[in-house]
Amino acid sequence: MTAVETTGPVRVNHEGLRFRAFWTLFGTELRVWLREPTGVFFALIFPSLLLLGLGLAVPDFSKPMADAPPPWNEAPGITSYLPTIIALAVGTISLTTMPVQFATFREKGILKRLSTTPMPPQNLIGVHMVINVLALIVSAGAAVVGGMVVLGVPFAADPLVVLLVLVLSTTAMFSLGLLVAARAEKGQTASGLGMLIYFPSLMFSGVWVPLSVMPDWMQEIGLYLPLGAAAQGLTMGWFGNEGFPLAQVLVLAVWTLVLFPLGVKLFRWT
Amino acid sequence: MTSPVVEVSHLRKTYPAAKRGGTPKTAVADVSFQVARGEIFGILGPNGAGKTTTVECLAGLRRSDGGTVRVLGQDPQADPLLIREHVGVQLQEAALHDKITVAEALDVFGSFYSERADPAELLDLLDLTAHRHQQFGKLSGGQKQRLSIALALVGKPQVAILDELTTGLDPAARRATWELVERVRDSGVTVLLVTHFMDEAERLCDRLVVIDGGRVVAEGTPSALIEGLEGDRGVRLRFADDGARERATQLLAALAERDADVTAAVPIGDEIEVTGTRKVLFAVVQELAAADVVPDDVRTLERTLEDVFVQVTGREYRVEENEEVAA
Repeated sequence: MTAVETTGPVRVNHEGLRFRAFWTLFGTELRVWLREPTGVFFALIFPSLLLLGLGLAVPDFSKPMADAPPPWNEAPGITSYLPTIIALAVGTISLTTMPVQFATFREKGILKRLSTTPMPPQNLIGVHMVINVLALIVSAGAAVVGGMVVLGVPFAADPLVVLLVLVLSTTAMFSLGLLVAARAEKGQTASGLGMLIYFPSLMFSGVWVPLSVMPDWMQEIGLYLPLGAAAQGLTMGWFGNEGFPLAQVLVLAVWTLVLFPLGVKLFRWT
Repeated sequence: MTSPVVEVSHLRKTYPAAKRGGTPKTAVADVSFQVARGEIFGILGPNGAGKTTTVECLAGLRRSDGGTVRVLGQDPQADPLLIREHVGVQLQEAALHDKITVAEALDVFGSFYSERADPAELLDLLDLTAHRHQQFGKLSGGQKQRLSIALALVGKPQVAILDELTTGLDPAARRATWELVERVRDSGVTVLLVTHFMDEAERLCDRLVVIDGGRVVAEGTPSALIEGLEGDRGVRLRFADDGARERATQLLAALAERDADVTAAVPIGDEIEVTGTRKVLFAVVQELAAADVVPDDVRTLERTLEDVFVQVTGREYRVEENEEVAA
């Protein structure tokens, strides 16, 4: 057989083209994502709304924490709830937004459709990881700013510790979300499985029972769960009076190292 | 002489058993064919015959277990990326976000390719210009299908694979889609059309293979396949009144007795069906003319690819032969 006479296939691998295509995909996906009001509400607004709602409605949350060590004895009670709300923002995006997104891409054949183009479907997952990180920054940022401006919550004592724990919480929880989405054939299946993990996780991260009054045995269990460790580590970083959250940081790092490769390995593209 | 654009030889694919202890399912047992540049080539067969598995192997979406595949001279099994730029694929199911608009989808898919078709021209070709700002979820079935074809063409492919593109469309939308596929072919794109619709294949394909049970059971142009059919041709006659019909029935029954070209004459409803060799129409007309019995209407029974299928497989053509192998 001779080669095909007209323009034969060549592997087009211009990095510039790939780069532009990735950001075109990103821009389009972001715009389309913003058109889903419920998804956007839970990913971006729900945590701040819960924080402000509780802070303004529950009288105890606006009273100063009189028995806390200075300078925290002048901060409003809602302060101890802010780190939990940040953990809630991470948990909501990784367990409610992400798994449904990815499983729906699979269900609708979008991943398979991309496999037929020069743009590998891995890039779509990558784009949405970026979008979810941005959503998290907006969501957590809004909670912090809202808490400080509206409720008078003081800023973190150790912002770098908070940032470190936040980054590790994100990697651990996003890996968990990826794993939840790895096999589900339908968006609904992934949603159900995500919820099954989401609600207990919220319990151990202090959304239902604040960490400050949570029984010790629950805190013990929470330490070994990704979202529990996240809330505890964020709290320690925010108040800065219990030292560096070494155990929590290690737990989050281990979860990431276990869950991420597992999620990638089990992820089905069709 | 140009080499084939697509060349499949002795392709084989077996899926592992769905359940533990189950039997593995051979989706493609032995499929070979060649597609020349610029033609509409059909892969025709009932659901579960192995059509989709075949095109997935040649699009580099699936690993085959045996045989060779060449697309534009390259082996998509060894390196699927080699053909991605030049092969546009339209998959069976719709594959877009509900909230993406037509223009956005074309733009984002276009960005994947180093060469791309002019979106305005493509919208025009596919009659989507008026809907370019509409969201995918709000398009009709036909519009979705046309967008899906547009996306398969946006990277200026040399080969377009169209899988079951008229399923679920109303007759008008189907005909419009057929015309569109011909226009695509006329623009120089080689089209691989996967379908279970006999009429679609007959109407559209320059050449085709009929696949059944993972094997090619017939290959050729639709007209050659139909011409090659063995067996009887049929003529249906209708008469203005019962008297003429009875007279004709007697005449034709007698004709069937003595003329080797006429096999039988059977009344069907208020018509008479006469079967025989390719000379049957001639014989019938002569006989009736000689007796001055004038039929109201004479029509030859159409022979279709469906008859070809019946002949090569020995059974009726049913679309849902067996379960389509799950992906």
